[in-house]
Amino acid sequence: MIETVNLTKKYGSFTALDSLNLKIEKGTVYGFVGHNGAGKSTTFSILATLLAPTSGTAFVNGYDVTKEPKKVRNHIGYMPDFFGVYDQFKTVEYLHFYGASYGIPKNERDLLIPQLLELVNLSHKEEEYVDVLSRGMKQRLCLARSLIHDPEVLILDEPASGLDPRARIEMREILKELKKMGKTLIISSHILPELAEMCDEIGVITNGKLVASGSVGTIQKQLQANKVIHVRLSSNLEEAISFLEDEPKVSAITRHDKNENTIIFSYTGTDEEQGQLLKKAILKDIQIVSFNEEETDLEDVFLEITKGVDFS
Amino acid sequence: MKSLLINPVLNKEIKLRFRSFKGFLGVFFYLFALGLIAIGFIIVNTVYTTASVFSPDQSRIMFIVLSFVQLALILFMTPGLTSGVVSGERERQTLNILLTTPQSSTSIILSKLFSSISYLLLMMISSLPLYSIVFLFGGVHPNLLLSTFLLYLVVMITIGSLGVLFSTLIRKTIIASITTYGVALFLTAGTGFLTIIIGEMFFYQNSATTVPYFTAMVNPFIILISSFEPYMVEEIQRRSGIGIPIVTSFYITYLLITILSLWISIKKLRPKMTANKGRA
Ligand SMILES: Nc1ncnc2c1ncn2[C@@H]1O[C@H](COP(=O)(O)OP(=O)(O)OP(=O)(O)O)[C@@H](O)[C@H]1O
Ligand SMILES: [Mg+2]
Repeated sequence: MIETVNLTKKYGSFTALDSLNLKIEKGTVYGFVGHNGAGKSTTFSILATLLAPTSGTAFVNGYDVTKEPKKVRNHIGYMPDFFGVYDQFKTVEYLHFYGASYGIPKNERDLLIPQLLELVNLSHKEEEYVDVLSRGMKQRLCLARSLIHDPEVLILDEPASGLDPRARIEMREILKELKKMGKTLIISSHILPELAEMCDEIGVITNGKLVASGSVGTIQKQLQANKVIHVRLSSNLEEAISFLEDEPKVSAITRHDKNENTIIFSYTGTDEEQGQLLKKAILKDIQIVSFNEEETDLEDVFLEITKGVDFS
Repeated sequence: MKSLLINPVLNKEIKLRFRSFKGFLGVFFYLFALGLIAIGFIIVNTVYTTASVFSPDQSRIMFIVLSFVQLALILFMTPGLTSGVVSGERERQTLNILLTTPQSSTSIILSKLFSSISYLLLMMISSLPLYSIVFLFGGVHPNLLLSTFLLYLVVMITIGSLGVLFSTLIRKTIIASITTYGVALFLTAGTGFLTIIIGEMFFYQNSATTVPYFTAMVNPFIILISSFEPYMVEEIQRRSGIGIPIVTSFYITYLLITILSLWISIKKLRPKMTANKGRA
């Protein structure tokens, strides 16, 4: 369980986080999306007890990060956006070191570490020095490290950044596995579609403020309340336009710049109303060839939500 | 207490330090430098003098020379070994992860200090066979060797703690190093120079002054000299009118510097998490 309460972080006069309120239930996979500099890493650093908030606070599994940081550390697995490794360690030694840091006895570690390496597909690199691992492998090793004490909450700052498409898919599979294990995950990214598939909920942050949050479907609907509809006609475009102009929920009627027989308009009605509109048009003898909604993907949602935000 | 002494960070630090080639080179050059000086000294004193035997007097002088060189080497190496222990991890981006583990700041800081000290101790111990030459020819009481090594240990720990402190407070290792070397230089050359200048100024006028007492009190070279030739230090103490022997003050001061440095390092390693309104 993760909760932030009016979480604010100021760097001098610059506000990096502005009264952020998040509530993430146990077992939820929460996607945290925002442009560069939105405040994602700042939020995660506070949750990981590495940075003190200017005001407000955050709770991890009910422990206040400002009051009981030690308890919080035992319940979180944190993967920073940028991290280094001790190059002179071998993969197993690396994991043994952190395992020991969490007070896990040697005999338990001996059993646990092969399982973790298996989970992140690094079993074959067990005896390799950490610095010769590829970036993607280091990333997976770091993930394995963050799991060593079996934390309930995982805080993953852009776990897929810098990975090739294949490695991204692998990472996603691993995260799905963690979700199955019932862990609470908060994952940041500036690419929304990447998160959509595996997240239960998504929060969009811009300039330190949460501008949208909810299930992936809800966020999609927020934008779909304003649908864009394309209608292709065989003839009589003028007639169709004048018909649409009389409809109350239709606006912004334009002709398609390339397909001269196509009209585009915005529509705010429900699906039922949309059906009625189509029926009415056909009864009016308007020669409709096709009638379809423009696909809105999550990328559009993201751009729409963050529209008008000064990214500089 | 056990968890403070036998803990993962100490284990890791020692493993990584002794595994690297640099760690090996360090010990090698250290012994090489000391050995060269010892052998050079014997050659100069036996080949180029009429007497071809190494006398107890010469043996005593060799001991003094070796002790000075070794103290200088320790003062030179300690800042380099300790001033990167925290800032180095910060620069290599491994510190964040270490700080999210439940290990206490105390155990992290002490482990880092102990691992550096243990490396220096290894060098010191591996130099012991050189001293056997001295004891072979006589002229030095074993107690003198013990007190000299106690001085080394205290200097290592104190300068090491200062190195850890600057490494914790300063983001860049290079600046932390320069600062630590600066302090070490002040505590040796700086205070030595001040002791001599101020001492001369006052002692010729035969007046009482406490200033040289305080400058001599922090200087490990002056303390080392006093173990061979106590006259100068006794004179400084007599003129200051302070009842405590300078050597005692030295150990108390260094102990206090160590405690203070480590205490600040432990407090500053992790941020204070309590929300501090209005401050960045
Ligand atoms: N130590 C600091 N001092 C001053 N400003 C900082 C500091 N750390 C972060 N910031 C500022 O806070 C803002 C938020 O940074 P943060 O790293 O949280 O962004 P982010 O959402 O993680 O971005 P990205 O997608 O690029 O990782 C940025 O404008 C950044 O410049
Ligand atoms: Mg970031």
